[in-house]
Amino acid sequence: MTELLVGTRKGLFALVGEPGRKFDVAARAFAGEPVEYAMRDPRSGRLIASVTSAFYGPKLWYAEDPSGAWEQADGVALPEDGGAALERIWVIVAGESEGSLYAGGDPGVLFESGDGGATWELNHALWEHPTRESWQAGGGGLCLHSIVPWPGDPDRLALAISAAGVWLTEDGGETWRQGNKGLVARYLPEEAREGATALCVHRLHRARRRPERLFLQFHGGVYRSDDSGETWADIGAGLPSDFGFPMVLDPADPDSAYVIPLEADLDRVTPDGRVRVYETRDAGAGWAARGDGLPQQDAYLTILRHAFDRAGDGETLELYFGATSGDVFGSGDAGASWFGAATRLPPVLSVTASR
Amino acid sequence: MRVRGPLRQLAGGCSEHAIEGATVAELLRELERDNPAMGGWILDERGLVRRHINVFVNGERRGAEAAVDPADRVDVLPAISGGMTPR
Repeated sequence: MTELLVGTRKGLFALVGEPGRKFDVAARAFAGEPVEYAMRDPRSGRLIASVTSAFYGPKLWYAEDPSGAWEQADGVALPEDGGAALERIWVIVAGESEGSLYAGGDPGVLFESGDGGATWELNHALWEHPTRESWQAGGGGLCLHSIVPWPGDPDRLALAISAAGVWLTEDGGETWRQGNKGLVARYLPEEAREGATALCVHRLHRARRRPERLFLQFHGGVYRSDDSGETWADIGAGLPSDFGFPMVLDPADPDSAYVIPLEADLDRVTPDGRVRVYETRDAGAGWAARGDGLPQQDAYLTILRHAFDRAGDGETLELYFGATSGDVFGSGDAGASWFGAATRLPPVLSVTASR
Repeated sequence: MRVRGPLRQLAGGCSEHAIEGATVAELLRELERDNPAMGGWILDERGLVRRHINVFVNGERRGAEAAVDPADRVDVLPAISGGMTPR
């Protein structure tokens, strides 16, 4: 059985089912509240959810069961003398040491938990980074949306912030440096691109079996790094558009990546009214459309940055994505064919899958 | 001071609280101190009242710096603007 945790504008939906047919709604939590992200920690089975009440601000919650009692996590706040308030938690990621979790949020902040998500602490090195004053927010705020651990090494981590680029640490977050060489901000004047830090990364992932390899969806451009994020090469040629938000990798294949192109930054819908996922199996040398079973006519969907995920890998790779239309689509065969997993949900903000 | 909805739940089900203070901000800080589970729900890290929370003193909407008297009744309510799409 596959479980999808679907964060929506109006609550969290836990869907369960088997690939190929519609999933059942097993639970709904935080009714009426925006649930930006929810994940099940694969080690403990615990659920962690990010909820930003329009009234009461951003909170993290945890539970053992989506329909059970949710507890508010402690420590998810900025320093009282910092002159800023936490706006939102964008993403939650399991770390490499036992009980370790990371959460990224707006304004460009990283929180760490060592007890499975019950208590959190701000990463002060990033919060107090001397370049912070120069960081620019993207349209969604100054969002730290991607956190990619290095398999087996809790000291090595890469982050992405919109629009403050890629950040790297090799000392467990004691120090941070930028990893942006090769990223081209086409939205800036040519003479302003060299050395620019206003880099609007949309999503970042690491190839699990070749951890020095990273894939990145940019605000115009899809990139790959083979040197742990030091330098980047554009691999977007062959896509109908290199603008988009979400990205998924097959952990079994370091040459794989899936993206869902959108028309352009000023028209954030699936191109030509056709919903297509694009796959590479040669590290971006070529891309193939995977749309069998997806709407191919008059379908202008928007898929947000965290609304695409996978379960399994290799021969058993399943893919799932949700749209702001409230549709959720799935594939049980690595994108070769697709089915409707849910319809008429509230606008989908995030999807995470587990099996 | 009166609270409702989730704030009441966070205060152990108690909707009315007798609190002393000279201003609305002092009352809110005291309310959060008395009810630690409510910390961060009304006031953000800067000590500012959250954007979509309204405070009424004797039925009139007032700011955090408004002075209050011991006999005043203060209501903390979600604003009707709170249904706006968050960014």
